[in-house]
Amino acid sequence: MSESNHSGTTSMPSSKRAFDIVTDSLGKRYAAEKRFRIYGIVSIMLAIAFLLILLVSIVSKGLPAFTYTQVQLPITYDETVVDPEGGRDVDTLSRANYSALIKSSLRELFPEVTERSELRKLNKIVSSGADFLLRNRILENPDLIGTQEQVWLPVDDEVDTYLLLKDNEAFGTGRLSESQVSWVNRLIQDGKMENRFNRTFFTASDSREPESAGILGALVGSALTLLITLIISFPLGVAAAVYLEEFAPKNRWTDLIEVNINNLAAVPSIIFGLLGLAVFINFFGLPRSAPLVGGLVLSLMTLPTIIIASRASLKSVPPSIREGALGIGASKMQTVTHHVLPLALPGMMTGTIIGMAQALGETAPLLMIGMVAFIVEVPGGIFDSATVLPVQIYLWADSPERAFVALTSATIMVLLTFLILMNGLAVLLRKRFEKRW
Amino acid sequence: METITTSSTSVTKDTPLMTPEKPNEVVENKVIDRDHRGQTVGDVTVENPRMTARNVNVWYGDKHAIQNVNLDIANNEVAALIGPSGCGKTTFLRCLNRMNDTIDGCLVEGEIALDGKNIYDKDVDVVPLRARVGIVFQKPNPFPKSIYENVAYGPRIHGLARNKTDLDEIVHSSLKRSGLFDEVKDRLDQPGTGLSGGQQQRLCIARAIAVSPEVILMDEPCSALDPIATATIEELIDELRKKYSIVIVTHSMQQAARVSQRTAYFHLGDLIEVGPTSEIFTNPKHKLTEEYITGRFG
Repeated sequence: MSESNHSGTTSMPSSKRAFDIVTDSLGKRYAAEKRFRIYGIVSIMLAIAFLLILLVSIVSKGLPAFTYTQVQLPITYDETVVDPEGGRDVDTLSRANYSALIKSSLRELFPEVTERSELRKLNKIVSSGADFLLRNRILENPDLIGTQEQVWLPVDDEVDTYLLLKDNEAFGTGRLSESQVSWVNRLIQDGKMENRFNRTFFTASDSREPESAGILGALVGSALTLLITLIISFPLGVAAAVYLEEFAPKNRWTDLIEVNINNLAAVPSIIFGLLGLAVFINFFGLPRSAPLVGGLVLSLMTLPTIIIASRASLKSVPPSIREGALGIGASKMQTVTHHVLPLALPGMMTGTIIGMAQALGETAPLLMIGMVAFIVEVPGGIFDSATVLPVQIYLWADSPERAFVALTSATIMVLLTFLILMNGLAVLLRKRFEKRW
Repeated sequence: METITTSSTSVTKDTPLMTPEKPNEVVENKVIDRDHRGQTVGDVTVENPRMTARNVNVWYGDKHAIQNVNLDIANNEVAALIGPSGCGKTTFLRCLNRMNDTIDGCLVEGEIALDGKNIYDKDVDVVPLRARVGIVFQKPNPFPKSIYENVAYGPRIHGLARNKTDLDEIVHSSLKRSGLFDEVKDRLDQPGTGLSGGQQQRLCIARAIAVSPEVILMDEPCSALDPIATATIEELIDELRKKYSIVIVTHSMQQAARVSQRTAYFHLGDLIEVGPTSEIFTNPKHKLTEEYITGRFG
C-alpha cells in the first residue's frame, strides 16, 4: 500500500512537475537578479562617493588659492629712491630699492612702531616679492615717479595662511607674532587688507614664495609639450594605422608588429622617460628640460594609443564603401584618401584627443628628462627649460609652506578642467561626425 | 533525343564534349545524370564575345571555390548566373573585374579575357579594367556623400570630364539612364545614403555607368529590395542591355528568367549548364539544373 501510495505521490506531481519547478525557482531567480542589481547600484554609489570626496577635497583646498590677501598701501614713488640720477634710465630704475618705499609707507601707517626687531616684523607683513610689482609699475610708467598712489600688494604667505586658518584653535597664530596679528587686524578693520582675486596665480611662474607663484609657466610648458606631441604622434600614428590596416599584407610580420604595438600601450610610462633620456638627451644631445624632448617622449607614449584607436576606427568603415570605390576604378590610394580616411577621421581624432589628455596628465617620463626643475621664467620656445602642469603639482605638493597646499589643489583644478574640456571635445567630435550608413 | 544532339554538338573543344555512349539510355532519362560534373553542358561560347573565361579556377586558401569554368559573355546581352548558395557564382562574377584581388588568400588561375586581352596578365592595370568592367553590389553602397558626388566621383578620378559643364552632363545622363533623375533632380546635393533602398541601388548603377563601362557586373542587385523596387531595377537592366554587356548573379530564378537572355547554372564550384534562358528553364538537360529550377534544393 505504501508502495502504491508512493507511486501515487510521485506520479501526481510528475504531471505538474515542470510547472511547479519553474514556479518554485522563480522567486530564487528574481532574488538573484535583484541582488545583482543591488551590487551594481552599490558599486556605482561607492564610485560616485569617492569621486565626490576627491572633488570636494580638491575644490575646498584649491579655491582659496584663487584669491589672496592683499594690503592697500599708500606708496610714494620718491625720486631720490627710485631714480637718484634723474635720467629715467631703465637700468637704474630696475635696480632701485623698491622695498624701501614699502617700508617707509608701513612706517607711516604704524608710527608707534619704533623698535628695530618690531620694525622688521612689520615689514614682514608684506610679501617679499611685492617690490617687483612696484618695479614693474615704474618700468611700465616712469611718469609715476614723484607721485603717490594707493597700491594693493600681496601680503606674506604666513599672513594669508593665518587669516585662512585663524578659526582653527590648534593653529593659533601660526608663525605670526602677537604684534603682527594686531597689525593685521587693524589693517582689516581699516579696510586696508582684504581678500582679492589672485591674478599672480595666472600670470606668474614658479616661485619660492607662494604669493608670487603662478601656473603660467607650467601652462605654457604643457601647451608647448602637447603641441610637439600632437605634431609628431598624430601624423605618425594615422599613417601607421592606415598602412597596417589598408595596405600591409596580413602575415606573420604584421601580426608581430600589431602585438608589439598593443604591448607598447601597456609599458609603464617611466620607461619611455628613461628611453627619452638615453636617446634624445644623451645620444642626440637635445637640451634637457625642454618641451621638445618632453613632447618626443610623450609622443612615444601616445603613439600606441593613437594607432590602436585609428585602426579600430578604420576597421569600422564598412568594406562596402571600399568595394564601391574600387569597383568604379579608384586606386587603392584614392579609395583610402577619398573615402575611408574621411569616414575614419572623427574616430582617429577622438583617439588622438584621448591620447593627448593622457599625455597632459603624465608626470613620470618628464621627471626622467629633467622637466622637474625649478623654472621661474615662462618658456619662450620649445628649446627653453620648462615644466608642465602635473610636474608643477608634484613640485608644489612637496613644498613645506602651508600656502602651497592651496596652490597645489588649484593647479589640480586647472589640470582637471583642461582634461574635462579635452574629453568633452572628443565626445563632441564623436557625436557630431559619427556617420551612419 | 533532339536535346542531346544539341548539347553534344555544341560543347566547345575546351570542354571535351560528353558523348552519350548509349544514346537510348539518355533519351529515356531525358536529362544528364546528377553525378556527371566537371564538364559544362550546353554552349559556353558565343559569337563575337565581349569577355571570355577559360579554365578558371579560384581558391580561397585551401578551398577550391571554382573549378574549371569556361564561359563567354556576349555583347548587349544579360547573362544570369544562378545556383545554390556557396556555389561560386559571386566568386566568378568578382573574377571578371578582379575584385577578388582585394581578398587575402584568393588565388585565381586560368584566363579571363576582355576583348581578347587577358585581364590577369601582369601588365594589366586593375584601375582602367574596373572602369571598363563596372560592378553593382548586393547591398546598395552609396558613398556617404551627396547624390551628385556619388555619380561624379568616377568621372572625376578618371578625368572623364574636362569642366564642370561636362561633369554635370555626365551626372545627369547617368542618373537619367538609371531612371533616378526625375526622382532626385531637386536634391542632388542631398546625401545619397538618405535615399530609399531601391533608389540607392539605382544610384549605384548610375555611379557604375557614369564611367562608361563596357560590361556591368551585378551581384544580386535586388536581394535587399522590395518587389516594386526590384521591378524598377529589372526594367532598368533590360534598358541597359542595349548599351552594355551585363552579367547578373541572382538567387531568384524568376528574375533570371525575366531579365536574362542566357543563363549559367553553378553547383558547388562547377559550371553545370549554360544555355539560352528559355531553354534552361523549360528544358534543362542536366539533372542538377532541373532539380534546382524545380525547387528541389536551393
